[in-house]
Amino acid sequence: MAAQAGSGAARPAVPAGGPGEMAAYRMRRHQWLATLGAAARTRRGTVGLTLSGLVVLTAALGPFVAPYSPTAFVTVDFAPPTARFLLGGDDLGRDVLSRVLNGGWVLLLMAAAATAFGIIVGTTAGVGAAYLRGRSDGLIMRTVDVLLAFPQLVFALLLVSIIGPKLWLIVIAVGMSHAPAVARVLRSATLDVCERDFVKSAELQGLGPTKIMVREILPNLVSPLMVEIGLRLTYSIVVIAGLAFLGFGQQPPAPNWGTMINENEIALTVNPWGVVVPTILIALLTIGTNTFTDAIARVAIGVERPPDEAALIDDIGGREPVRLP
Amino acid sequence: MSSPPGSRSAPGAGREADMAAVPGAQGAPGGPAVLAPAAAGDGTGPDVRLEVIGLEVRLASSAADVVSEVSFSLRSGEVLGLVGESGSGKTTVALALLGHARRGLAITAGQVRLHGVDLLRLGPSQLREARGRTAAYVPQDPAAALNPALRIGTQLREALTAHPGVTPDVPARIAEVLAEARLDAGTDLLRRYPHQLSGGQQQRVALAMAFCCRPSLIVLDEPTTGLDVTTQRHVLDTVRSLCRSYGVTAVYVSHDLAVVAELVSQVAVMYAGRIVELGPTAEVFRSPAHPYTRGLLAAAPSPERAEILVGIDGQPPRPGSRPAGCSFAPRCGYAIEACSAEPPPPVQTGSRLVRCIRAATIRAAARERTPVRPLASARPATLLSVRGLAAHYGPAQVLSGIDLDLAPETCLAVVGESGSGKTTLARCIVGLHAGWAGELTFDGAPMAAGTRRRSREQLRRIQYIFQNPYTSLNPRKTVGQIISQQLGHFTQLSFQQRSARIRQVLADVALDAGFASRYPDQLSGGERQRVALARALVVEPDLLVCDEVTSALDVSVQAVIIELLRRLQADRSLAMIFITHNLALVRSVAQTAVVLRDGRIVESGPVSDVLERPAHRYTARLMRDIPRLTAGAPPESSRSPAGH
Repeated sequence: MAAQAGSGAARPAVPAGGPGEMAAYRMRRHQWLATLGAAARTRRGTVGLTLSGLVVLTAALGPFVAPYSPTAFVTVDFAPPTARFLLGGDDLGRDVLSRVLNGGWVLLLMAAAATAFGIIVGTTAGVGAAYLRGRSDGLIMRTVDVLLAFPQLVFALLLVSIIGPKLWLIVIAVGMSHAPAVARVLRSATLDVCERDFVKSAELQGLGPTKIMVREILPNLVSPLMVEIGLRLTYSIVVIAGLAFLGFGQQPPAPNWGTMINENEIALTVNPWGVVVPTILIALLTIGTNTFTDAIARVAIGVERPPDEAALIDDIGGREPVRLP
Repeated sequence: MSSPPGSRSAPGAGREADMAAVPGAQGAPGGPAVLAPAAAGDGTGPDVRLEVIGLEVRLASSAADVVSEVSFSLRSGEVLGLVGESGSGKTTVALALLGHARRGLAITAGQVRLHGVDLLRLGPSQLREARGRTAAYVPQDPAAALNPALRIGTQLREALTAHPGVTPDVPARIAEVLAEARLDAGTDLLRRYPHQLSGGQQQRVALAMAFCCRPSLIVLDEPTTGLDVTTQRHVLDTVRSLCRSYGVTAVYVSHDLAVVAELVSQVAVMYAGRIVELGPTAEVFRSPAHPYTRGLLAAAPSPERAEILVGIDGQPPRPGSRPAGCSFAPRCGYAIEACSAEPPPPVQTGSRLVRCIRAATIRAAARERTPVRPLASARPATLLSVRGLAAHYGPAQVLSGIDLDLAPETCLAVVGESGSGKTTLARCIVGLHAGWAGELTFDGAPMAAGTRRRSREQLRRIQYIFQNPYTSLNPRKTVGQIISQQLGHFTQLSFQQRSARIRQVLADVALDAGFASRYPDQLSGGERQRVALARALVVEPDLLVCDEVTSALDVSVQAVIIELLRRLQADRSLAMIFITHNLALVRSVAQTAVVLRDGRIVESGPVSDVLERPAHRYTARLMRDIPRLTAGAPPESSRSPAGH
């Protein structure tokens, strides 16, 4: 079902084996959609999208279908599952099911925000370093090296313990921890694009560096960007849930999958559901995003592309040794 | 299976017999009997070494045919030239001769009989044994074919030790083949790595590797593409002498008719996966019978004559979308209704096999060549003047003491081999390379180094066309956006005015307005180069700098682009700097020429003087080394028709 939604979004982009002409035309216009669609139709992509789709739906629709308030004390502490309380009660006698249904969306939003922040900062740094070269390159990349030397999680913990468990701070801290790695990947991808003549052609027009980077180079970085976004999202989810488990995140009594694991671990033998369900949801989500990202990467580099005859035929017959992109 | 001479087999009925020819051919006076007797079953006579029958390669996914009905046979010592443009399937055939199909392709029918053994029926281990030992391959790009991590000696030894039975004395054989490939074994060549050799040396090493097991068939896939003319000349000489001294049967794949004309005794012209014309080289080039061969010959530039090049419009059909009748019919000036009815069967005329129902008419038709009308001599003024230009990349000096003057409305050709600094010169002029000293004056005003320090007006008036149209257009933008961006930057036109200008300039480069909404990767190489031209012309420059603009294109497309450039130059009163390594092209487009060597100008003057009466021996050598279509009879033809 989730897979269908995916290919539905990319419908204009991918032909069902029709003649290549028009399809190729539409592919360009929304290359990212086309890649997503192609990825969703691989086996790997279908699995990944289904898993993460289910978890995202749970988190997004949960608050509307939860039977009780997540903070109301409706049963006994660590009550085992009953027909009224399908997953039993938690450490303070709240309904585990309701807390599970309510506890995901903040986590997801934070992960998305942190990813966006990290990608934007990292891409700016990486593309800038690669295109400007010279001193800017040295400065940016050495900064990246220094940032990379910090252990990611410890860095975030340090900030949060100094300033306090503010959600925005966690988002920025996690985002910043992604930025250096993103910058490195995007820098090498940009170096490739910079070598092509259309960039020089833009320089010959007298276009400024910012315009060249945004208008000429960035649209050619869609594939590496998509892979990075997927990877970083997976990572953000794990780190933010982990921080919540450690108590840095939403503060009690707010429901949160990470916090719930912490709250209920002492009663693992009495009512395991308060720990098991959030854990499984986080695991499914990260496995799902990771698998889907893998599918995107494979489609982007052509390992698992649906057979594209046009590409094959281009290869037929000798051509002068032209370095094709 | 056997069909009488001239009989038309029903289409599809005799795929195997199709190209396998006709008894009469054998005795044809003057024509070596390449074509095997038709009886395919026992047709492998004692002297026929390689026999290809009904070879067919298809796409594995959709079963569209990439190559079909390819048949020919060769005796020992014979060299067949397989010519065609990109996409004609010549490399696919070359690889299939060794029983190999690239990923996504499959050999689906036919036989490749070498000494009577069908290579396509061999098992994997037998095939491995045959490859290198009895059938060897020389790839197009030696830099990619040699392992960069292994020494030359190791790689040569590997080729020999893979087939232990070849020779008991490996070092002696290596010394022998190196000498044959005209490589100096006395130096530490064997201890070097591929990157320490020049392109020509690398290609000779690849040749030595191919010849070291004394194969009886050797397949050469464009071995000289990308080499300078002089190096190419040496490699061709080497190939010729090796084939001759060991009686090796060779198939030489090339897109360059002139190269083939000098080397091979038989030529097979491929189009859309089929051999459309097959016959003795001199004869095919003297009186082509297939319209495609004719078109290719008309498109090939000649260093001897200044003439208008006639390209072939349109594009070859792709596998899977080939027309029902003759694949060439949509681009053919001689096409009649019957042409698109059914694929033309091969017709034997004399020693020639042609897939065209109008071959007789075409062969009889006169071939006309129109000389280029010289442009009225330009005003005496100087548009661009270069004085004492010296350019460097870091510490390396690339150009020194360059003096140039370019009059308005004239075309200056800058000629030189790779590494001569011609592209650097162009980049200094347009502003892409800032590391230079000297004086550069454009229309009276000095020009700064680098685009950032030039005025917008200077940037507009000098436009640059890149060598490779596959990288010079942003793949994420439509043609309209690409051209519009240029206009928007240099002019203050309204949207309507801009659209009108874009339509106009597209029409000027012979593209219809619909191209504006296409993306570069939907265009062929020639169309892309036209878009690049349109992008430059739309801002009405005074000087167009063309850097090897046709070197990534097929010869039929090259002719179209050259002709377009020539016309635009005259119509728009453009000055042009035309940079090329191809001396033959210079004649058709330029009025004056300079010859660059190692970053210095060795000769300059009017084109006819430079080419006909070269004053410098370097220019003379370049002229001598150009392969020529008309160069007398190919050396092999001196041998008796029967061969050996």
